[in-house]
Amino acid sequence: MTQEEILGKVRTVLVDALGVDEEDVKLEARLTTDLHAESIDFLDIVFRIEKAFGFKIGQGELFPDNINDPKYVQDGVVTQDGLALLRERMPHVDFSEFAKDPKLEKVSEVFTVSSLVSFVAAKLAKSA
Amino acid sequence: MRWLWIDAILLHEPGARLVAVKNVSLAEEHLHQHFAAGADGPAQPLMPASLMLEGMAQTAGILVGSVRNFSEKVILAKVTEAVFEQDVVPGQSIRYDAVIERLDDMGASTKGVISRWDHRDATCATWTDIGRTEIIFSHVDQSRAGLELPEHNFVFGENFRAILGGLLPRPAGHAPSH
Repeated sequence: MTQEEILGKVRTVLVDALGVDEEDVKLEARLTTDLHAESIDFLDIVFRIEKAFGFKIGQGELFPDNINDPKYVQDGVVTQDGLALLRERMPHVDFSEFAKDPKLEKVSEVFTVSSLVSFVAAKLAKSA
Repeated sequence: MRWLWIDAILLHEPGARLVAVKNVSLAEEHLHQHFAAGADGPAQPLMPASLMLEGMAQTAGILVGSVRNFSEKVILAKVTEAVFEQDVVPGQSIRYDAVIERLDDMGASTKGVISRWDHRDATCATWTDIGRTEIIFSHVDQSRAGLELPEHNFVFGENFRAILGGLLPRPAGHAPSH
């Protein structure tokens, strides 16, 4: 499947899950700040991507789990260990901006349409 | 008034499907406001679509809760789709047919079909589909660890026990008071 085909299906997922217009679903669009996704929408998006592409997504695989371990989060800020864990678990996401001010409450802002497309491409490549 | 918008469970396929029924009666107060007689015409009591959505949410919510024996708090998180194509009036029954599409530790997505039986029509022989829903539920114990919620399971409380019948195990030490 080409990147363009993946984007097409991801676009349908986001239009259905978030009620946004197709033209708003650009690669650089952020799910939260641009497309107004709320926390429960992430669960909806996971379910829809599974259905659209026919693979299973583990908990914490696409979007992070609740992180309560003080090794990874202290006073609402993600630690260096936490950042390393996020980068290792989520190679489809660019954490460079987030790392400058790693407040946990802002972690969902790192997810863009592009991160979803990269995630799907990597999953499909693994199963091929 | 008890906030129960289903009367009985007709069918339970554990982990997969739950079908419930509600009879719509003229004795229900809300029907007389929806819609009351006005200057523009006589009363036209209808079952509000919002309460049909609640009925489906209860049906699908019980189905999701039953998978883990009602041990988790199942909260309606998102109504992705709710389409109602025909009205329901007193003298008709509503059937809520809910299936689980996907379930994991975080929550579940469900699909539902709402249909109608018309008791006023002697020739009525089948349920007619009149609406459909897609509802997502969240397991709050898993996904909202930071929220302060009551310890007891306020979702599947006493109110629901009457209709859940054999679906719901009685908690230990729970005995009738009379």
